[in-house]
Amino acid sequence: METKSIQNKMFVENLSCYFGNKCVLEKVNLTIQKNEILTIIGPSNSGKTSFLRTLNRMNDFNPNFSRTGNVLLDDENIFHMNMEKLRTRVGMLFAMPIPLPMTIYENIVYAPKRLRLTKREKKSDLDLLVEQALKDASLWDEVKDRLNSSAMKLSGGQQQRLCIARILAIDPEIILFDEPCSGLDPISTAKVEETMLVLKDKYTIVLVTNNVKQASRVGSRTAFFLMGHLIEIDATEKIFVSPKEKQTNDYITGRFG
Amino acid sequence: MQKHQAKREKNMSKIKDDIIEKIIFLCGILSIVFVTLIFAFLLKEGISFFRESSFINFILGKFWYPSSTPPEFGILSLIVGSFIVTVGACAIAVPIGIMSAVYISEFAPKSIRDILKSLVELMAAVPSVVIGFVGMVTVAPLVRSLLDIPTGLTAFTGSLMLAFMAMPTIVTISEDAIRSVPWEYKEGALALGATKWQTIRRIVLKAAMPGIIGAIMLGIGRVIGETMAVMMITGNAAHIPSSIFEPVRTMTATIAAEMGETVKGGLHYRALFAIALVLFSITFLVNFIADMFLGKSKNK
Repeated sequence: METKSIQNKMFVENLSCYFGNKCVLEKVNLTIQKNEILTIIGPSNSGKTSFLRTLNRMNDFNPNFSRTGNVLLDDENIFHMNMEKLRTRVGMLFAMPIPLPMTIYENIVYAPKRLRLTKREKKSDLDLLVEQALKDASLWDEVKDRLNSSAMKLSGGQQQRLCIARILAIDPEIILFDEPCSGLDPISTAKVEETMLVLKDKYTIVLVTNNVKQASRVGSRTAFFLMGHLIEIDATEKIFVSPKEKQTNDYITGRFG
Repeated sequence: MQKHQAKREKNMSKIKDDIIEKIIFLCGILSIVFVTLIFAFLLKEGISFFRESSFINFILGKFWYPSSTPPEFGILSLIVGSFIVTVGACAIAVPIGIMSAVYISEFAPKSIRDILKSLVELMAAVPSVVIGFVGMVTVAPLVRSLLDIPTGLTAFTGSLMLAFMAMPTIVTISEDAIRSVPWEYKEGALALGATKWQTIRRIVLKAAMPGIIGAIMLGIGRVIGETMAVMMITGNAAHIPSSIFEPVRTMTATIAAEMGETVKGGLHYRALFAIALVLFSITFLVNFIADMFLGKSKNK
């Protein structure tokens, strides 16, 4: 591990976010390293979801949203990039699994095909793309015989992994997970976590979670947010074994939050 | 003693409950009874017409000469008239209606949305005779001079004005359907890098489609059944037109215009009921289809 050189993928510089006059995030500085799983923990209202949604500019749809500071993706300022282009490089998975109202197959080819992200227009190429995405999301074995049935008929955990596959099909560099397991049972959660650990080799992952245990299971590094401030960020083992800040310790030992 | 009284009070409230329940039941059943009665009446008068004249001749006959001797009752030209006006109105109202629904629900800022919504609802409240009147005195002369045709009272003018009447229905119901598409669908597509327009076209409109089709059907239902405005602005010539810029006569206008001149129980009178029967079947079918689509969108 130590020999592998650490590459930084994303720089967050002095980022502050506001909804109306309310400051939800204040002067956050952190880096996201390539091929890591950065887990973000913190009680509700700590600004962790707002932070995540800023990274691919999903907050831009809210007319009350404003921010100062910058986020760089491979040295390019994301706020100067084309928004749609950014989102194909930084994909996002939401808390509720929301398959689009079409078949499993269509859900996956939707983005690559419609957005002309792929030159692969031929049916056989698209088939391969679907198979690869579903395999990477560890869903292939469960759905390979019914790719043309409606995605709405899948179970919650399967739907969430379908959403992962859908993102993988556009081949992003970073995937943002916004509490992806909050609506799932423990077995589905375990499967999603397994999937994340596999994906780490190819992608950079940022995971926001309310589940402290989950952060300790999958995180390479963990950041603790509280009331809009980044309190502490370090290797996951360090955060969970010997946190520097008292607040972090209180939170992970369950004294509040 | 007290126990006794409590029991009596309980009985009283139970009786009151029962009475109210019966009244509500009666009100509910009444509307069904009325519709059935109307249909039965139509059927009785209409069917008796077909005893003296064949159904095929009635539907496919080209000539509507109710007062010549012998009279001819062929309603093909009337059906064609209704059809042309309806199709024309839809061709105008559907695209504009859906686009304004998309604009109101997806693009308009809140202040504009509120104004637009109430204006559209106000549009639905304009009485059809007013629309007919406006069409007759302003739109028809305009159509005549612009297109240089002998009269401005044409199927096209009728379609134009009826489109105005169908639009509020289409806009309001489509808008509801579009807005009930969960925000998460849009977010999901946007997070994949889709633009706003791609999201609307591929996701929002697709998910809202059953509701939108229902809205269109209800709009069509309104147009087919419309009488006063079409009578005033379509020219009322009972012949099969060769283009939409010729006068036509619809089924509804025929009934409204001629019912007053007929002998009650006479052949002409019953022929008008037969037209009403045909019209009723068409609107029933359209509403039935609309219900099917609207029901489907709710169950999902």
